[in-house]
Amino acid sequence: MTELRETYETVIGLEVHAELRTETKIFCGCSTRFGAAPNTLCCPVCTGQPGSLPRLNRRVVEHAIAAGLVLDCRIRRETRMDRKNYFYPDLPKSYQISQLYAPICYDGAVRVRTPQEAAEKFTVRIHELHMEEDAGKLIHSEDGKHSLVDYNRCGVPLLEIVTEPDLRSAEQVVAFLKELRDRLLYAGISDCRMQEGSMRVDVNLSVHKPGTPLGTRTEMKNLSSFRSVRQAIAAETKRQLAVLAAGGAVRQETRRFDEATGESVGMRSKENAEDYRYFPEPDLPLIRISPEWIAQVKASLPKSRRERQAYYASAWGLPAYDAELLTEDADVADFFERTAAAGAPPKEAGKFILTELLRVRKEGEPFPVTPEALAELLRLLADGRINRTTAKEIFTRMLSEPIAPAEYVKAQGLSLVSDETALRETAERILRENPEAVQDYRNGKQKAIGYLVGQTMKALRGRGQAERIRGLLEEALGRLE
Amino acid sequence: MWIRDEFEKNCDCLNERESDLHCFLSMQTEKARARMLRQEELLAQVGEAEARRRFPLLGMTLGVKDNLCVEGFPATCASKMLEHYVPVYTATAVDRALAAGAILMGKTNMDEFAMGSSTETSCFGPTRNPWDRERVPGGSSGGSAAAVAAGMARAALGTDSGGSVRQPAALCGVVGMKPTYGKISRCGLIAYASSFDEIGTLTRNVEDAARLLAVMEGYDGRDDSMCREAPTSDYRSALAGGAAGLRIGIPQGWLGEGLSEDVKRALLAAVERFRTAGAEIETTELPLTEYAVPVYHVLSFAEAGSNLGRYHGVLFGRRAEREALEEMYDATRARYLETEVKRRILLGTFVLAGGNYDVYYRQAERVRQSLRRNFDRAFRRYDLLLGPTTATTAWKLGEKLADPMAMYLSDSYTAAANLTGLPAVSVPCGSDSRGLPVGMQLIAPAYREDMLLRAAAAWERIRENDA
Repeated sequence: MTELRETYETVIGLEVHAELRTETKIFCGCSTRFGAAPNTLCCPVCTGQPGSLPRLNRRVVEHAIAAGLVLDCRIRRETRMDRKNYFYPDLPKSYQISQLYAPICYDGAVRVRTPQEAAEKFTVRIHELHMEEDAGKLIHSEDGKHSLVDYNRCGVPLLEIVTEPDLRSAEQVVAFLKELRDRLLYAGISDCRMQEGSMRVDVNLSVHKPGTPLGTRTEMKNLSSFRSVRQAIAAETKRQLAVLAAGGAVRQETRRFDEATGESVGMRSKENAEDYRYFPEPDLPLIRISPEWIAQVKASLPKSRRERQAYYASAWGLPAYDAELLTEDADVADFFERTAAAGAPPKEAGKFILTELLRVRKEGEPFPVTPEALAELLRLLADGRINRTTAKEIFTRMLSEPIAPAEYVKAQGLSLVSDETALRETAERILRENPEAVQDYRNGKQKAIGYLVGQTMKALRGRGQAERIRGLLEEALGRLE
Repeated sequence: MWIRDEFEKNCDCLNERESDLHCFLSMQTEKARARMLRQEELLAQVGEAEARRRFPLLGMTLGVKDNLCVEGFPATCASKMLEHYVPVYTATAVDRALAAGAILMGKTNMDEFAMGSSTETSCFGPTRNPWDRERVPGGSSGGSAAAVAAGMARAALGTDSGGSVRQPAALCGVVGMKPTYGKISRCGLIAYASSFDEIGTLTRNVEDAARLLAVMEGYDGRDDSMCREAPTSDYRSALAGGAAGLRIGIPQGWLGEGLSEDVKRALLAAVERFRTAGAEIETTELPLTEYAVPVYHVLSFAEAGSNLGRYHGVLFGRRAEREALEEMYDATRARYLETEVKRRILLGTFVLAGGNYDVYYRQAERVRQSLRRNFDRAFRRYDLLLGPTTATTAWKLGEKLADPMAMYLSDSYTAAANLTGLPAVSVPCGSDSRGLPVGMQLIAPAYREDMLLRAAAAWERIRENDA
């Protein structure tokens, strides 16, 4: 086994399904909203009622063009939809409208670097990229006696991205998927949320000795987390090597990976593979894509994650790490930029969003405060009118009530005491009232100064700047000596 | 008033002959009567001109083929599968006709899922030909054609995928027209073969065909395969155009082998009369038309197999309960679909299966493209093409039922207009030795329904003058 592992190489190609970010479905006006009550987002078209006809959502084509652009693909001037025929209860028409003969984009390439070895880059070629509709969802009863079908997902637009077998390890696969996610997310094409199923991965895997023809591949379908992708690759590599070590041959088949057991089970062999009887969809006309249309989509493409990170660092001086975290989620990056645009110092805004805002915000939900209100708060902090503790307190309050930070500070008298004389008097009073601490300080106990700062701050009801108070105390201690 | 008189005449015919002819699968004469009375009232209030302005199809009683959806009204497609299916929306074309004043009398009989040429594959019993009750009315829109021929409705809607409007029109002696593919929305037309299916009209005269077309045509956002900028024309003035100066070609092959002597004689006599009226007519070559039927079958069966996949007991129509899913699918389709439908689904599945796509489907698609080019070429020299609609007049019930190939060949002259999507009409042109009607087919260039109707109306006047 070990010997085999050293001489053999794993070869992986992916099929990634990404749900497109559109308001309405691919062939009708129904909403694509997630989490609605079953069968409430349907109409005659998406449930395939006799006599109903699909009509193509232009936004889907635009998203596909955008995906083609960010994945460096060639875009077909004329493309069309095809029918993929198969029977399953979640597929109302008994065919899925997809693309086989002339997919909208093809021949792409994505440069990826692995996080471990930042210097090591590799290229994954994109074989093709096509548009299709999602199917419904089967819900099985607990007694196993019957199944229910929810057709809400029917007709939700998907993009299928097919890579060439250019990947060699789980690390590469995950790095590629992350890069893919970034590009689609930042172009506004897909939310790529694996846990909600808006990005699903099929892994095609084979093993061979480098320099020899590729081995027989198996396909593992519908992996929905990076973790299961990693596990599935490790388990399947091991299984195939074991088959070869025992003198057997790998069968071409579709396998189902079980996350609970960490093992995959054969589902369907090549001989029993479904014959989908693809043919051109007669209900939809040819889709013509003019160079002008492509140019339009290109012009409206938002900045990529890379471009944004670079800008944060060069124009606003953000640490690379902060820039990376802020761009993890495109919504957060948008929020950050709008906060900066509303007048907040960018560095402070980034730090505050990462430490405070993301602590309270749930992913996918709207932000609890507006960028403008947050900017107002951060300006007060930057101008020295409030300190960090007060800023955090006001922020907490903003989560539950709609308050304007500047007004609130004024009304509640939270402004920092900046009157020099008053500060000096308070500091001196604290020193008089705490002779033991003063003694400790004199005896070299540096910690005592912290205590004194705390006491002064308390006397000022928190409205002081710690650094400033410390300075005044040290000055006064010096005088008292 | 005339509205009531016409309506009552239709009802009399229904009462007298429907139980024998079986043109309708469901009727709503009471609702129709109520609508007629409202129109009569309006007519009395605002006068003829204003009432017609508001409702261009005022008083037009209408039969609608049972594969067209009308909300709240069964649409069975003459299949046990959809026996209890009630659509939740109305087909665009029907909607427009009703909004223009047409009075819906009922849903007409047809071949199951429009698969057939005699209305004998209807699961609810065949329709008989009003000219001879021992004979078929043609199909698949046989119920519509017979209802109009028997005077049960002034007009009827049918669908035409390989000749299903024109062929029964010819066998029943009425006008059957299908416009250019994409001119009338298919929304609400229960699909047989999507790239062929078209809604057409069955009427007593050409003018009614023009009136219906004018109301139903035009872009519909619910059908993506329509042409958005399809030209429309003033059919009224087109109807007055006359035959003089029309350049008409007769494809040589359509007069050759297979055409019965009776039909050929009637057709050639008609051609002579047309000529006398000033039309320039000559025979011409139109290559590949001999392949129209097999090409139509490969492509339409492939589409049908896919379109009918949805009838398996999960969402629509009947279900044969079984424990296991696959068994339920099998049992449902075995029990609720009949022989001709099964045959076409199987053949359609075959032509797309495995490596057959290239051999059959793509090859047929190539011939379809070539045929389109050949028609384009012919229309550089002619305004219209002319030929028989059918090889024979109406045949006896049961005569071809056991011989699918003979039945399929009844599309020989009509299928080409579906492969090319061109507008075509069948108009009555005399009768055979038994007195059964013969049909003449005219085909016009794409979107030239005006030319088509002009020639058909001119021919109609020639006949009237002769009579």
